[in-house]
Amino acid sequence: MIEIKNITKSFGEQSVLKGITATFMEGKCNLVIGKSGSGKTVTLKAMVGLVEPDEGDVLYDGRSFTNMNFKERKSIRREIGMLFQGGALFDSLTVEENIRFPLDMFTTMSLAEKVDRVNFCLNRVNMINTNRKFPGELSGGMKKRVGIARAIVLNPKYLFCDEPNSGLDPKTSIVIDDLIKHITEEYQMTTVINTHDMNSVMGIGDHVVFLHEGLKYWEGSHKEIMQITDGELFDFIFASDFLKDLRRKATL
Amino acid sequence: MTFLEEIGGYLIMIRHAFSKPEKTAMYSKETFRQMADIGVGSLPIIAIISTFIGAVTAVQFSYQLKSIGLVPMWWMGSIVRKGLILELAPTITALLLAGKVGSNIATELGSMRISEQIDAYEIMGVNTRSYLVGPKILAALVVVPMLIVIAVALGILGGWAGGVLGHFFTTAEYVRGLQDNMKSWDVVVMFIKCFFFAFIIASVPCYKGYTVSGGALEIGRASTQAVVLTSIFLIIVNFFIAFFLLDSSGG
Repeated sequence: MIEIKNITKSFGEQSVLKGITATFMEGKCNLVIGKSGSGKTVTLKAMVGLVEPDEGDVLYDGRSFTNMNFKERKSIRREIGMLFQGGALFDSLTVEENIRFPLDMFTTMSLAEKVDRVNFCLNRVNMINTNRKFPGELSGGMKKRVGIARAIVLNPKYLFCDEPNSGLDPKTSIVIDDLIKHITEEYQMTTVINTHDMNSVMGIGDHVVFLHEGLKYWEGSHKEIMQITDGELFDFIFASDFLKDLRRKATL
Repeated sequence: MTFLEEIGGYLIMIRHAFSKPEKTAMYSKETFRQMADIGVGSLPIIAIISTFIGAVTAVQFSYQLKSIGLVPMWWMGSIVRKGLILELAPTITALLLAGKVGSNIATELGSMRISEQIDAYEIMGVNTRSYLVGPKILAALVVVPMLIVIAVALGILGGWAGGVLGHFFTTAEYVRGLQDNMKSWDVVVMFIKCFFFAFIIASVPCYKGYTVSGGALEIGRASTQAVVLTSIFLIIVNFFIAFFLLDSSGG
C-alpha cells in the first residue's frame, strides 16, 4: 500500500499540487486521472522521488520515503518498477540488455540465470524472440511491453505507469491495460497508473483518484464514477457533446 | 540559472560523478565503451588534421626562415617538434575533440534526459551522475592524452613530409633538429595540458547535456553551448598552463 499525505509542490510562483492526500491499494490498479496540467505527472514523480515535494509525505507500507536520504531510498527503489510514457528504453542497449540491466546492476545472479529471467519476463509480455532487437526497431506498443518487462524484472512490490496508453491505438491500449492488470493481480503489486484514457478507467480502474487544478477532487471505483452527474469530473468523463447526449439518453 | 548556480551545479555533478560505484564491473564496462567511442571514433580525423598541421608548420616556417636566411634549416625539426608538443597537438586536438566528442556527449545525455532514460536509471536506484558522467570523464582522461601523443607523432611525420617534398630541408637536417635541445619538461607540460583538456572536454558537455530540460530545440542549444564553453575554457586553461609552467628564460 502507498499513501500520500498532504503533498504540495510549486514551481516558482506556480502551485501545481495543493495538498493531495490519497491511498493506493495493494493488488489493485490505482488510476490517477485528470485533465492535462491537473498535476498527475508531478504527483507520480513526487511519489517515486523524481520531484521533491515541498511539503507532505509519501509512505510505502508505512515507510516514509520523503524523509529518507539517497542511500535509504535505494532500498525502496529496488522494490519499484516504472513504465514511462515513451518506454524510456536505453537506446544503446538491445531489448535483452535493457531488461537485464537491473539484474546486472543489483544482483549477483549468473548470466544464465539472468537470461532465463529476461526470457521469462519477455514471455510474460508476449515479446519472445526480440532479445537482439534495439529499441529503435520496435513499435510504440512493443516498446511499452518491453518497458513493462524491464519494470517487473526485479519482482517489484510497486509498479508505476505514466500514461501507458499514450500514442497507442485503442486495441493496443487494451492489450497494454490487460497486461498491467494481470501482472498486478498475479504479483499482488500496488500499481499506480497515471492516465486520461477513459477506456483504461472503465477497464482496469479498481480505484480511481481524480485530480483537478492540483487538488484531489474525487476518489472511488470505476463503477462509482458512472454515477457522477455533474461537476468537473462529469465534464472530464463526458468531454464531448456526443458523450453527454449518450449519457442523458442512458439515464432516461 | 545564474552563473553561480551553474558553477555550483557543475561542481556538485563532478563530486557525485566520482562517488562509489554500485557495481564496479558495470562502471568498467561503461568506461571501456566510452573509451572506444571517444578514442576510436576520433582517431581518423585527428590523424588527418595533425599530419597536415605538421606539414604546413614545416612549410610555412621554412619559407619564412629561408627568406631571412640567417637561420640554419636543421632548426626546422626542433621548431616543428616544440610547436607540436607544447601547443599545436594538444590545443588543436582538444578543440577538435570539443567539437566532435563534446557535442556528442551533450546530445547523448540531453536526449537521455528528454526521453526519460535518466529518470529510468534514477528509479532503479542508479546514481546517474556516477554511472553516466564518471565513466565519460575517466575515459577522456585515458584516451585524450593517447590521441594527443598520436597527434604529435603524426604531426612530426607530416612536418618531415611537407619540408622534404617542398625541398626546404633534407631528412638528415630534420632529424638533427628533432634530436637537438630536447627537454623532458616540454613533454611534462604537454601531459599536464592533456589531462586538464581531457577533463574539460568531457565534464563541461556532460553538465550541459545532463541538465537539459525542454525538448529537441534545447538539446541542440545545449550541444552548441557545450562546444562553445568547452572551447573557451580550453583556450583560457591553455594560456594559464603555459603562463605558469613555461619559464620565461626558456630554460
